[in-house]
Amino acid sequence: MTEPDAAVLDVRNLSKSFGGIRAVQDVNFSVKKGELLAMIGPNGAGKTTCFNMLMGQLPRTAGEVHLDGENITGLEPRTIWRKGVGRTFQITATYPSMTVIENVQMALMSHHKRIYSILPFATKLYHDEAMALLELVGMPEQAERHCAILAYGDLKRLELAIALGNGPKLLLMDEPTAGMAPTERTKLMQLTADIVREKNISVLFTEHDMDVVFAHAHRVMVLNRGELIANGSVNDIRNDSKVQEVYLGGGNLFSDDEHQHA
Amino acid sequence: MELIFAQVLTGLANAATLFLVASGLSLIFGVTRIVNFAHGSFYMLGAFIGYSLMQVLPGMFGFWFSVLLAGLAVGVIGVIVEICVLRPVYKAPELFQLVATFGVILVIQDLALLTWGAEDVLGPRAPGLKGIVRIFGEPVPKYDLAMIAITPFVLFGLWYLITKTRVGVLVRAATQDREMVGALGVNQAWLFTGVFFLGSAMAGLGGAIQLPKGGADLLMDFNILASIFVVVVIGGMGSLPGAYIAAVLISVLNVFGVSYLPSSTLVLMFVVMAVVLMVKPYGLLGREEVAGEHGQVGEPERPIKPAGPKVRLAVVVLLAALTLIPLFGSSFLSVLATDIIIFCLFAASLHFILGLGGLVSFGHAAFFGGGAYVAALMVSYANTPMELALLLAPLGAGLLAFIIGWVCMRLTGVYFAMLTLAFAQLLWSLVFQWDEFTGGDDGMVDIWPAKWLAGSTSYFYLTLILGVGGILFLRHVAHSPFGYALRASRDSSRQAEATGINTKRVQWLAFAFAGAMAGIAGGLFVFSKGSIFPTELEIARSFDALIVVFLGGVKTLSGAVVGGASLEYLKDQITRFEYWRITLGIIIIVVVILAPEGIVGTARKVGERLGWVREQEGLR
Repeated sequence: MTEPDAAVLDVRNLSKSFGGIRAVQDVNFSVKKGELLAMIGPNGAGKTTCFNMLMGQLPRTAGEVHLDGENITGLEPRTIWRKGVGRTFQITATYPSMTVIENVQMALMSHHKRIYSILPFATKLYHDEAMALLELVGMPEQAERHCAILAYGDLKRLELAIALGNGPKLLLMDEPTAGMAPTERTKLMQLTADIVREKNISVLFTEHDMDVVFAHAHRVMVLNRGELIANGSVNDIRNDSKVQEVYLGGGNLFSDDEHQHA
Repeated sequence: MELIFAQVLTGLANAATLFLVASGLSLIFGVTRIVNFAHGSFYMLGAFIGYSLMQVLPGMFGFWFSVLLAGLAVGVIGVIVEICVLRPVYKAPELFQLVATFGVILVIQDLALLTWGAEDVLGPRAPGLKGIVRIFGEPVPKYDLAMIAITPFVLFGLWYLITKTRVGVLVRAATQDREMVGALGVNQAWLFTGVFFLGSAMAGLGGAIQLPKGGADLLMDFNILASIFVVVVIGGMGSLPGAYIAAVLISVLNVFGVSYLPSSTLVLMFVVMAVVLMVKPYGLLGREEVAGEHGQVGEPERPIKPAGPKVRLAVVVLLAALTLIPLFGSSFLSVLATDIIIFCLFAASLHFILGLGGLVSFGHAAFFGGGAYVAALMVSYANTPMELALLLAPLGAGLLAFIIGWVCMRLTGVYFAMLTLAFAQLLWSLVFQWDEFTGGDDGMVDIWPAKWLAGSTSYFYLTLILGVGGILFLRHVAHSPFGYALRASRDSSRQAEATGINTKRVQWLAFAFAGAMAGIAGGLFVFSKGSIFPTELEIARSFDALIVVFLGGVKTLSGAVVGGASLEYLKDQITRFEYWRITLGIIIIVVVILAPEGIVGTARKVGERLGWVREQEGLR
């Protein structure tokens, strides 16, 4: 199934209703191999709902999700992870009682199906691999620090290292730069883009910061009131009148001269 | 038909007391998040104080005035307890406060004994309500009817206070998010104190109002404790109507149980609770508790490391010292050391599931006693040799924990704790009432170790090997990938699930493993004593282990061991005195206040301050 340019993730007619509210309606899209795909939209557009359905954390109302041609709809999050999907959270989720490297080792132990073994010392398992991942995200010197005292930006990077633990083909990142300072945002996304290129991973991420989106995304989807209203290259989206209306009520939000780096 | 109607009325009358006391507990837990074990003691105090007041205040007016006054007095006592004992430990890790309330129980027990003596007190009849009324030909005490009539008013009054008044708004807000309430300028400390006053007063009222029916005695604190927790859990934490429905359900069923199936009475309410929780995991009218909703209190746990050379050396030295006990000490000392090691293994097994797993079990004695009974039964009925019985004890206890764990795993937090308690109680009553098989109350005797281990010295060495080996094994598993997966599931089930860890299964297996380790302790216990009684399955046994784990320090395994050794030794030393409870209670309270992170945790902190222990960056 993996022809060049084939879709890693294929989402068909994904829908979710909470009672009478249709939070996500008939969303169709695919993520291509090696692609950084951004999903943007105002608050309440249904981005996180979409993400939670993709990852199996929320049961969907209708629709199908295919990973590399395999139907993964309705599987448990941990099963989807085993099939090669990593994720980072909008609100970071790490293991505060462990050291930084142990956080990564935990993911590796799970990946190598060692979580039920009781004989070896956990700290001695996959130490080098964990260290390599920490080097990848640029925090090897923090390996032995206590996770609970990390700065927020470091936690985000640690989460990225954890998410890479199973050598995923697809990364789902829910607002990876939320709550970070502007320079940190760019750094984190640049790091992600580098890793994506190096490891040939695909990324689907949601984001509120348009600078980040236009600087790093290969393609952008716009969600509004649960519906996909645009899907195209950065330039297409920028000039799309519907998108401008959603974001500014008609004004020109994304003028070219303000975003030279896009 | 007539009889059934009369029985329902009796049930409703009994429900009144249960509801009064349980609603107080529910209020206190809802707002302060304190599992107040001393609530039964407040109930007992209400009864005794009410009794004393009724001796001096005559007539109908005097009776009801005494009831009210008893409520107020107990409310004030509750406030004193809250300010002196609980305020200093609010910042301690979650559930730590229950240890303090346990200390309060012991203190109140002895104070009541000193004040009112050991004799049961017969409650005075209520003036003006002494007789009976015939309803459909069946006699119904007038006082029962009065109680039935009063309860809805109390329910309505409380409901009005909670839902309609400003105080009620604050209380409900604090129940949902106490930090936010604090941020909005409400003095949390006094809100807590106020709630404690109200909750304790309800307990006191309940104790005084039931005097004409039940009198007062020194056992009533523990007797009602399990029931009120059950009522609160069945009704749904924080729900007053729920508590009322549950109180009625339990009381009415109990009356029928007494008449038609007497052997069911000990266990009936726990069966009801288990069934309710399996169908409605948050009680009849409770709302779902979102995990982590109330946040972690206290600083996060520190990373653990495999023992370094210094620690290993210390363990070896300690072990060497222990091996020398029989050579230099008396045989009495060997027996005491045996008891201590067994108890430490039991506590360490609870720590595994409680500390590393974050699962608070109120029924861990089920596996200690379960293992002990498995061994005893095998020896008595199948002539199993000791060696095999000691192997079967952990297997049996582990299997038991495997089954109980499977059912309990769908619940979390206090509901999980209560369901484990329910199953432990179920097991206890099974053993207690199945005379022909288990010997019931008389227990099982004549279960001695094999010949080659008959002496207290040789049995001490067996205990040393298995007990200390068990503790070291628990420690090793904590450092293994499985132990890490267990901590990961506790730290962030979201991340754990998203990285392929089946958190529920990990916790379930850990629960079974902890049960099996408790089973080893139980097996060792039965052969060291030569006998086993249902008391080893009692709630008190579970609480012993719980107290010890918190007292020693919930964050480290050594805490459980140090706590276990201290308590067992202390008990041995002070139970010779007449008023040992008050001594032990005060010691517990003092330790809780002085060492809010447990003995080991606080000792380490002190060591860091003094520079004896290397401090970790950024944590202070």
